[in-house]
Amino acid sequence: MSYTGVTPTARSRAMVREARHLLFTVAPGASWIIVFLVLPSAYLMGVAFMSNGPYGLPEMPLSLESFKRLAGFGFLGWSPGNLYTLLRSLWQTLISTGLVVLVAYPIAYYITTCREKWRPIMLLLVVVPSWTNQVIRTFGWMNLLAPGTPLSGLAESLGLIAPNMGLYPSNFAVTLGLVYNFLPFMVLPLYAAFEKLDTAQVEAAQDLYASPVRAFWHAVFPQTLPGLLAGIVLVAIPAFGMYVIPELLGGGKGMMLGNLVATQFSGGANWPLGAAGAILMLIATFVGLFAMRRIGKRLGGGEEVVI
Amino acid sequence: MSETITADVADQPGATPATAERQQEAATRKASSIEMQGLHKRFGRDTVALDGVDLEIQAGEFFTLLGPSGCGKTTLLRILAGLEEPDAGSLVVGGKTVTEVPPHRRSVNTVFQSYALFPHLSVRENLAFGLKMRGLPAAKRNAKVDEIAGFIKLGDLVERRVDQLSGGQRQRIALARALVCEPDVLLLDEPLSALDAGLRSQLQVELLRVQKRLGMTFVFVTHDQQEAMVMSDRIAVLNGGNIQQVGAPREVYERPVNAFVARFMGHDNLYPVSARHGDRLSTALGELTAEEGGEGELLLIRPETLDLLPGAVEGANHLQAVVAERLYRGSHAEFRLEIGETTLQATVNNRGRHLPDVGDRVTVVVAPEDLVTLGE
Repeated sequence: MSYTGVTPTARSRAMVREARHLLFTVAPGASWIIVFLVLPSAYLMGVAFMSNGPYGLPEMPLSLESFKRLAGFGFLGWSPGNLYTLLRSLWQTLISTGLVVLVAYPIAYYITTCREKWRPIMLLLVVVPSWTNQVIRTFGWMNLLAPGTPLSGLAESLGLIAPNMGLYPSNFAVTLGLVYNFLPFMVLPLYAAFEKLDTAQVEAAQDLYASPVRAFWHAVFPQTLPGLLAGIVLVAIPAFGMYVIPELLGGGKGMMLGNLVATQFSGGANWPLGAAGAILMLIATFVGLFAMRRIGKRLGGGEEVVI
Repeated sequence: MSETITADVADQPGATPATAERQQEAATRKASSIEMQGLHKRFGRDTVALDGVDLEIQAGEFFTLLGPSGCGKTTLLRILAGLEEPDAGSLVVGGKTVTEVPPHRRSVNTVFQSYALFPHLSVRENLAFGLKMRGLPAAKRNAKVDEIAGFIKLGDLVERRVDQLSGGQRQRIALARALVCEPDVLLLDEPLSALDAGLRSQLQVELLRVQKRLGMTFVFVTHDQQEAMVMSDRIAVLNGGNIQQVGAPREVYERPVNAFVARFMGHDNLYPVSARHGDRLSTALGELTAEEGGEGELLLIRPETLDLLPGAVEGANHLQAVVAERLYRGSHAEFRLEIGETTLQATVNNRGRHLPDVGDRVTVVVAPEDLVTLGE
């Protein structure tokens, strides 16, 4: 913005006005972010490069020790434990996000086919569970999947699990918990995409000899892609860092990266290692986001798919 | 690329005699007639879109479905495309009953009102879509796409993205996307309604030339009677899910069968016939002699058939009037005349002679052969 040709007093008055605007609009949010996100993150970064003290608290001197430990190099040589946790986190994220897509896509479509007056109610039904505390819902799943419950009995009789093992605790229970928890985050953006779907494009595809399946693939799917990508980001990133669900449903075998980090700040007590783990998660998240953008651009025909 | 190209296909460089011949051949082989019988369609409980439509469209005809919004013309077109299934009735295209054939198995293509181009695909991919779905190999697809792009003079646009095109260009691409499949019948759903007037009349001419050149059966939907008259071999006027009249443009305009068709074609001079003695008709304008009085209870006087004489002149079919309003339009002038309590519209070509002014007394000369009566 240029104020050339305006008298100095008018210019300074305009600048004051603009500063006041900024103060009232941007400042509250910005200060919140600085105090509660930027500063703690910077602190965590610093901690990651410090040494581990006797009670797990960070100490001088600076070192790369915690990154070595994170990579699996301990007193007894290299162990794959942390690598497994990372891979398990990635795997769980992939599988549960994939399953969420498979479940949410038809739901979102179905809701758009309902009468207009029913749609808000249907959406509400999808969203309502997420208004309950996550821990409570996860305890609910524990009760449903524990050994001796009907569901576990059914799985047992089908030979899916060993006798008296129960469906919980297991990796399966974690996946189930993640899918259940993140479903609304996929349904909502997909619903938005379906609702503004240009049906003329679908009809044009049919008119141009596309069978129903191909019409879906060529005319429906590309239109829902922005919603799908947004949903994937909304699901995959929190799922990757999830702590509560693997903690409660996974037992010792279902640990994810979030649990590894949390342990370092509590029982295991190694703040620098925990901080290093947090940085690893942050990097993985950004890599994932970047990859999604690239995928979105390619599939969107060079068009920017806003995430 | 400018908007000023007209696809004068005859002097088109891509259309060598060989391709022209091939297209001609394809055209004569492809053009199909259409027969509709007793088509009914209802939406929900109360909305009757089509109320028993019987219609025959000849092979190679430029046929227009004309009517106001909600008259059923678009529903009829969608039934032809297979996008809507009729509740009752049958549809035969090219001798085959296709009433229940899904759209992707019909050799019928549509130019949609919104164009419905695929925004995530390039122009080339859009044009090749139908061919690809029909399993044509890539090399042949490309050759055909290039040919059609040359045909509508958009060859240099094929590598663009759809959102880089102007409205007129999108319209042409939508047309080309349908034409490249060489359908038996091409359906056009108000394809020009989104364009401004100048571009619109230009594309009307273009479309007409394309149709004449390919000899393909075109079914065109519009609510614009001017457009319908310019383009069509025959017009069907629809209202309330019923066909009101089918005929050549002159027939529909000059001999409308009822008041709805007359009004829709732009006629305002309609006067109830209060009494008749042979061909002498009594109306609010006075006594008029018609060449063929007919049976109808409404008299139609077309404004452009009237002559205006200055002052009061006595004679048969001469009406004394006062000019209440004059709209000067350059090539012609429109007059609102008062004859007693009744008004009459007259259009007079501007031959550079005297044009009466507001308040002038004039004599309207009505030719008996131009009077038509019609039903309510």
